[in-house]
Amino acid sequence: MGILDSISHVHTASSHRPWPRAVVTEAGWQAAIDRLVEGRLTLLGFWGEPTAVHMAMLDGGSAEIAVVTYACTAGTFPSVASRHPPALRLERTIHDLFGLVPAAADDLRPWLDHGAWGKSYPLSDRNASRDVRPYQFLPAEGEALHQVAVGPVHAGIIEPGHFRFTANGEHVVRLEQWLGYTHKGIEQLMQGASLEAAAKLANRISGDSAVAYAFAFASAVEAALQIEAPRQATLLRALMAELERLANHLGDIGAICNDASFALMHAQTGILRERCLRAANVAFGHRLMMDVIVPGGVARDIAPDGVAALRALLAELRKVFPRLIELYDNTASLQDRTVTTGIVKAEYVRQFGAGGYVGRASGRNFDARRAMAYPPYDALSFEVPVLEAGDVNARVWIRIREVEQSAGLIEQILDQLGPGGFETALPAGTGHGACEGMALIEAFRGDVLVWLRLDGELRGERCHLRDASWFQWPLLETAIEGNIIADFPLCNKSFNCSYSGADL
Amino acid sequence: MRKTLLESLTHGSLTEPAPAPDEAALSELAAKVDRAAQARLGRSLAIREVDAGSCNGCELEIHALSNAFYDIERFGLRFVASPRHADVLLVTGPVTKNMRQALERTYNATPDPKWVVAVGGCAIDGGIFRGSYACVGGVSEAIPVDLHIKGCPPSPTDLLKGLLALLEHVGCKR
Ligand code: SF4
Repeated sequence: MGILDSISHVHTASSHRPWPRAVVTEAGWQAAIDRLVEGRLTLLGFWGEPTAVHMAMLDGGSAEIAVVTYACTAGTFPSVASRHPPALRLERTIHDLFGLVPAAADDLRPWLDHGAWGKSYPLSDRNASRDVRPYQFLPAEGEALHQVAVGPVHAGIIEPGHFRFTANGEHVVRLEQWLGYTHKGIEQLMQGASLEAAAKLANRISGDSAVAYAFAFASAVEAALQIEAPRQATLLRALMAELERLANHLGDIGAICNDASFALMHAQTGILRERCLRAANVAFGHRLMMDVIVPGGVARDIAPDGVAALRALLAELRKVFPRLIELYDNTASLQDRTVTTGIVKAEYVRQFGAGGYVGRASGRNFDARRAMAYPPYDALSFEVPVLEAGDVNARVWIRIREVEQSAGLIEQILDQLGPGGFETALPAGTGHGACEGMALIEAFRGDVLVWLRLDGELRGERCHLRDASWFQWPLLETAIEGNIIADFPLCNKSFNCSYSGADL
Repeated sequence: MRKTLLESLTHGSLTEPAPAPDEAALSELAAKVDRAAQARLGRSLAIREVDAGSCNGCELEIHALSNAFYDIERFGLRFVASPRHADVLLVTGPVTKNMRQALERTYNATPDPKWVVAVGGCAIDGGIFRGSYACVGGVSEAIPVDLHIKGCPPSPTDLLKGLLALLEHVGCKR
């Protein structure tokens, strides 16, 4: 039975691809929320427009996806978050950007809007002003509790965000995040942008996932226009995506160990990460591989000496990495910090639909590369590692196993690369007005969702990009509870959520 | 562990020769640095990195400066945790409106003499995010900037060139 069969809807938008989108009435909207609350569906995305809200949902069993749309004729919609907590930050964002009001919401505090934009509800034409009281953190009461405020500027070289710890001695009883510091207004910049400009923006949603976002954006455009990238292009896209995954996992494994004061690992993985970036530079002319993937294919073929550079990288990795795994596994002082630290419960990752290593380290067996089986992964062989412990150690091990899998994938792709076109020409326009497309692509930290509507001239009309971090950040709050403040950097690094990707 | 340690000792150093200072960066700097301040600084710079809303791409390359290939500390350049310990603020991003105040406060907390280096296309004029309702549009709109390092993101080598230019300029006028 399809997702929309169990949700009453008015009609299905025919120009929405590859999954259906249907407009629902209040009853349908509530039925959709029911399915989420029951755990039969997972919330994949929740975004607004000036007069409508959309929810994308996944049926984990069938890997089917559908979007439901509620028309906010009175400027309101039935609150999702009051019944399904994973929707909370997204719902507050919808209110911040569009001024649409979730009826009967328990929490309407601003999320991205810090009162500094000089305009409320910037993506709508509403001109209403907002309450400007200082941000209210949630209370935690009890004797001997104290608060520690951290950020937005942190001690290390990391993105800005605010963390409010309430602690009893060294033990954290509550962590509350307040993000939005890197909000750049990207969804508005996408409006009216040419495909070329929009693809560049997509590349810069989160620098560590430049490839994954470009991949997702291009796939969503291709879905909307009903075109396909040539085989050679999909191979190169996956090659870059795996190289990006490799570089990030290597960097993070070392950084996690560094936060446990084990600098040797950081130095060693830092060398491997640098070798990845240099190989990427040889192969694609940019260390982070920005602006190589474009709608229709890739902007250029792999450089002639790129294949040799990547093979040399794999050889080095195969030589050095097993020793580093052994080092991780046999260092008691390191294990002492990572085992049983920062546990994320399996029920939470299921409820939140947490992607990537955060989900897979707590038993959620989901990877968009396999579930969606988009090209070229449908024709490549790889495993998706899953563990149950849900602690920092498990997240490290998932990454270790994924490094091995990515190396295997890169090798397979190099063997399959051949001559052939790497770009499909885009039509000049749709010839029939707007069209909509969507894609779900596995970035190194989890699935990235891109939804867009293009006008008849292929300019962005509305584009929403959802990072995996939306559903991982709240779980970090739960993971740290009962741990000591000093373990926060370790937990935080093992998640490595994106700020820029979630703030947009 | 022993094997890894031994091998690090026996195989040669990865660290690469220092690049030549960038001429354009040097001259941009020369015009701006206060002579009186230079005399008070030794051949060592403490850097505080501030992300003022970047996409994080610039941070990844700034991180790379500390790996074994670039080993930034050999130039007397080191990253510090507090602006109060810093000589240089390395600022990235199009300065989001939500970060403007935090950036200004960080600047004010940095003791004189101090230098501000804006890193990456966004930090120069907002770059790809210019014109957004949520961005100020370049670090110099918020605090005075002494040096710009171009790139999206600048490579570690570009960063090193820029920083060396700063260091040499500061050093030679002692
Ligand atoms: S300059 Fe480029 S890499 Fe650096 S923050 Fe801006 S968009 Fe990201």
